Amino acid sequence: MPAPGHVVSLEDQIDRWRSYLRRRQAIHSVDVAELEDHLREQVAALVEAGLATDEAFLVAVKRMGALDALSREFAQEHADRLWKQLVVVPADSGGPGVRARTDAIVAFSLAVAAAGLVKAPALFGIQLDQDVGFYARNGSLFVLPLLTGYFAWKRRLHTGTLRWLAVAFFAACVFANVYPFASRGSTEALTALHLPIALSLAVGIAYAGGRWSQVAGRMDFIRFSGEVFIYYVLIALGGGVLTALMAMTFRAIGIVIETFFQSWLLPCGAAGAVLVASWLVEAKQSVIENMAPVLTRLFTPLFAAVLVTFLGTVLWTGRGVAIERDVLIGFDLLLVVVLGLLLYSVSARDPRSPAGAFDVLQVTLVVSALLADTVALWAIAARVSEFGFSPNRVAALGENVILLVNLAWSAALYLRFLRGRGSFTDLERWQTNYIPVYAAWAAMVVIVFPPLFRYI
Amino acid sequence: MDTSNRVRERRATSPVVEINKDLVAASSTPIVLAILAEGDSYGYAILQRVREVSGGRMEWTDGMLYPVLHRLERLGHVEARWEVAESGRRRKYYRITPGGRAQLAEERRQWHMVDATLRGIWRGLSLAVPAGQPASAALPQNGD
Repeated sequence: MPAPGHVVSLEDQIDRWRSYLRRRQAIHSVDVAELEDHLREQVAALVEAGLATDEAFLVAVKRMGALDALSREFAQEHADRLWKQLVVVPADSGGPGVRARTDAIVAFSLAVAAAGLVKAPALFGIQLDQDVGFYARNGSLFVLPLLTGYFAWKRRLHTGTLRWLAVAFFAACVFANVYPFASRGSTEALTALHLPIALSLAVGIAYAGGRWSQVAGRMDFIRFSGEVFIYYVLIALGGGVLTALMAMTFRAIGIVIETFFQSWLLPCGAAGAVLVASWLVEAKQSVIENMAPVLTRLFTPLFAAVLVTFLGTVLWTGRGVAIERDVLIGFDLLLVVVLGLLLYSVSARDPRSPAGAFDVLQVTLVVSALLADTVALWAIAARVSEFGFSPNRVAALGENVILLVNLAWSAALYLRFLRGRGSFTDLERWQTNYIPVYAAWAAMVVIVFPPLFRYI
Repeated sequence: MDTSNRVRERRATSPVVEINKDLVAASSTPIVLAILAEGDSYGYAILQRVREVSGGRMEWTDGMLYPVLHRLERLGHVEARWEVAESGRRRKYYRITPGGRAQLAEERRQWHMVDATLRGIWRGLSLAVPAGQPASAALPQNGD
């Protein structure tokens, strides 16, 4: 008879064995249950034959076969399992399934709430097609509080944090609406553009759920943001196809749906899709490879090639950058893209792996972007007095400086890493520490710029 | 300790025949279907039956049986159901379907043909090949 101590250790061993099996994609939990029944039967038979429990366990596991080979056999029989990894609401009953379902229900309810919120101002006589300014300024306020609420619920945020987040949203609400903006003025457009950036910090804090102070927590938010962006674009594409088909079929029976589309489907869909995309990223987080890093891998060499060619052409032909009104914004966008490429490949890189060819490519990209931006800034600085300081130009310049500082120090840290003098973690820490800077600048544009430029 | 020695001894008297992978893959379908034709069963018991019938000389890696069962299930040759066994654990039982019986008959016909052909050839070779060679030793015995 095995001693009670042995029974416990057998359970522990089986637990461990089960967790090894669970990690295999091709082996589902029902199969694990089936195999476990087999293992227990085998152990029982061997114990009956006189083996000690731990001996019996070892023999039984050995007879079960090597895990890799077994997993390969299962994968061959269930090839579909290597593809269909994201079961949005798993059919399995039990703990995790129920939680996933509640999660889905909450997310979709919030998506519907966001869609409703978009149309709520209509109750007070504010129409989407007439009060464009109101909607532009408040667009993010229809969605981001709900998104923050979703994560606050999911991560069970402390009431202290919640209070601060509520204050942030309330302040955003005030600053978006109290200023006497000139109709269709630049400061109004700047507020519309910068408020979401400032508020995304609140989303990030809720997303990190108490881990915002850690590099890993902020890095998770960066990963999340990249995935949300990709999912949002995919949902938007699907929505486009849906609307086009809808318009076509209804036109065939003589009904024009353009107004419905413009005042209902598009705004409500756009708001709800943010929550659905976020929920999808949450649901698939651990099961599907992140897409953003894959795209950065694809595009980093291409962007690097374009920028190096650009710099080469500038040097070769001696052409100056033609200064037009929007050139600074164009270069801001360039830096944003380069920063995104850097950020999302940093987010996917194992900090412990040694420097490789891709890292060199990354540094080339960043340095050439810096040089290109310097060329543009040089040209602008020479004639800045001619143009004068409009709010758009100051905002663009500020953003350019912020991005330039980030990328310059990133390049320095990266070079240090390539030469073996620093660790990759420094770069990670720098990038994640820099997130609040964007939010702070955006908040400043929202709060200070309108009065500073007299609401033009 | 002496019991594990006994286990080893028993193995030593009836040596396990290494059957190559292709042959295992090919023979697993008729063997599993034939065992299920005797009555509903589950994984562990099926393997026990294989050991019993082969006199302990045919050893499958235990885990490999399950992908085979799942394939037969997918093809509709067997159907599965979960039941609570007397041990209190949930256990997956398999039952052969009419389609499975037809498949078994077909497999049996084919194996007989292969067996007959091989026997004919072995006879022609008479004693040129020693009977201890793995594949040739395993097949006729299992075919009977």
